[in-house]
Amino acid sequence: MITRFTLLFTLATSVAAGATYELPPLPYGKSGLKPMLGSKTLEIHHDKHHAKYVNTMNSLVEGTNLENQSLEKIVRSSYKKNQALFNNAAQAWNHSFYWKCMKKRGGGEPPAGSKLADAINDSFGSYDEFRKQFSEAANTAFGSGWAWLVCNRKGKLSVCKTIGADNPMVSTSAGIPILTCDVWEHAYYLDYQNLRPNYIDVFLDKLVNWEYVSENLERAMDSGLCAEL
Amino acid sequence: MSAKQIITPALRAAVHAHSSKLTPELSKSAAAYLSSAPTGGKHTLPDLPYDYSALEPAISAETMEIHHSKHHNTYVTNLNASLEKLDGAVSSGDVSAIIGLQGALKFNGGGHLNHTLFWENLCAKGGSEFPTSGPLADAVNARFGDVETMKKELGAMTVGVQGSGWGWLGFDAKTGRIEAATCPNQDPLQATTGLVPLLGIDVWEHAYYVDYRNVRPNYVNAIWDVINWSKVEERLTSAQ
Repeated sequence: MITRFTLLFTLATSVAAGATYELPPLPYGKSGLKPMLGSKTLEIHHDKHHAKYVNTMNSLVEGTNLENQSLEKIVRSSYKKNQALFNNAAQAWNHSFYWKCMKKRGGGEPPAGSKLADAINDSFGSYDEFRKQFSEAANTAFGSGWAWLVCNRKGKLSVCKTIGADNPMVSTSAGIPILTCDVWEHAYYLDYQNLRPNYIDVFLDKLVNWEYVSENLERAMDSGLCAEL
Repeated sequence: MSAKQIITPALRAAVHAHSSKLTPELSKSAAAYLSSAPTGGKHTLPDLPYDYSALEPAISAETMEIHHSKHHNTYVTNLNASLEKLDGAVSSGDVSAIIGLQGALKFNGGGHLNHTLFWENLCAKGGSEFPTSGPLADAVNARFGDVETMKKELGAMTVGVQGSGWGWLGFDAKTGRIEAATCPNQDPLQATTGLVPLLGIDVWEHAYYVDYRNVRPNYVNAIWDVINWSKVEERLTSAQ
């Protein structure tokens, strides 16, 4: 027989257990993206920058009603309401998403005839046009920012750029992010110094994880939901 | 060719390339003379007043070389390109194009202004001590109490810049006091806030990543060793 006490106890522990967001590991390890991105870059980017955003976010939500909410919920709730929390929560989300958007031996074009390839052709005319727009967004995010491919409920894709921690899920009505590239200098400085265009080329030609992007596209079109992170 | 056609480009180049070495009176009259001319003129990358290795160990030669010869140089190149486009837009009266260029002008123009100021407010360690008396000491003490408190406050604000930007000590002509301020990206201090720049600290990651990786506080702490306080004071007395 389930007593009221047992029920309350179970609820309490399940809430406490989901209280903090855990820094996800790199899907490919620190050396997994060499020579496109070096192990020092991934190590510092993940273990220092990303970890700091996660830890700061966790300490800011501790004891608040956002404590056991999903990362996406924290991002959406803090947007324009709590700048310090948003800066950290959005950066935690953005980085978790970014790691999964890359893989070893990735890049190039999505498989011909796939739903994603068709969506790119419908929305941009061709892969080359998408590549041109995405590169431009990534190269002209003045300062620290991100380049994005987003998808609306009707499957229409578009490219946009954001500054700082901003994420199109909150800052635009263009849709759900399905691909991102980090263009804060810390993402590429050790490997490319000031040559951001070279980093963007390598990202597009050698790193993009199109399988993950396809999953995000399906999810965005089916349910209007962001990737689970 | 008229005298103006011959003199103007040379004078413009002199004003822009060596503006820090001209007296304020001469800069002002040169600017007035040039203001009737079209925008632009070629801006050039200023030489550093010291070798790339002069600021070690606070800032490495490697950082200085990339920062000066690549980053700053790119701002200069892109500023010149934007000004050329602006000339075309102004001549053809294309208001939409004029407005469209403002972002690139602020970014590249700000980048050029900011970095020019930055190189000049740095010098080798031991090359310039904070003065114990005089206009700069008076202004710092009046606003912050003492120089260590100023470094702490300005340092904290500068470290706290989200993403890319600059920390500044600036002079407020309206109040006659100095202030600590930050600006995002390459937004130039005076055009953005009205404060006259006295001391700038670049906290774009490119300014410190090679030497300090993600640990921006260590960079800001270290940079106090290589500040050219006499230059800061000179800027203050010019503005007062």
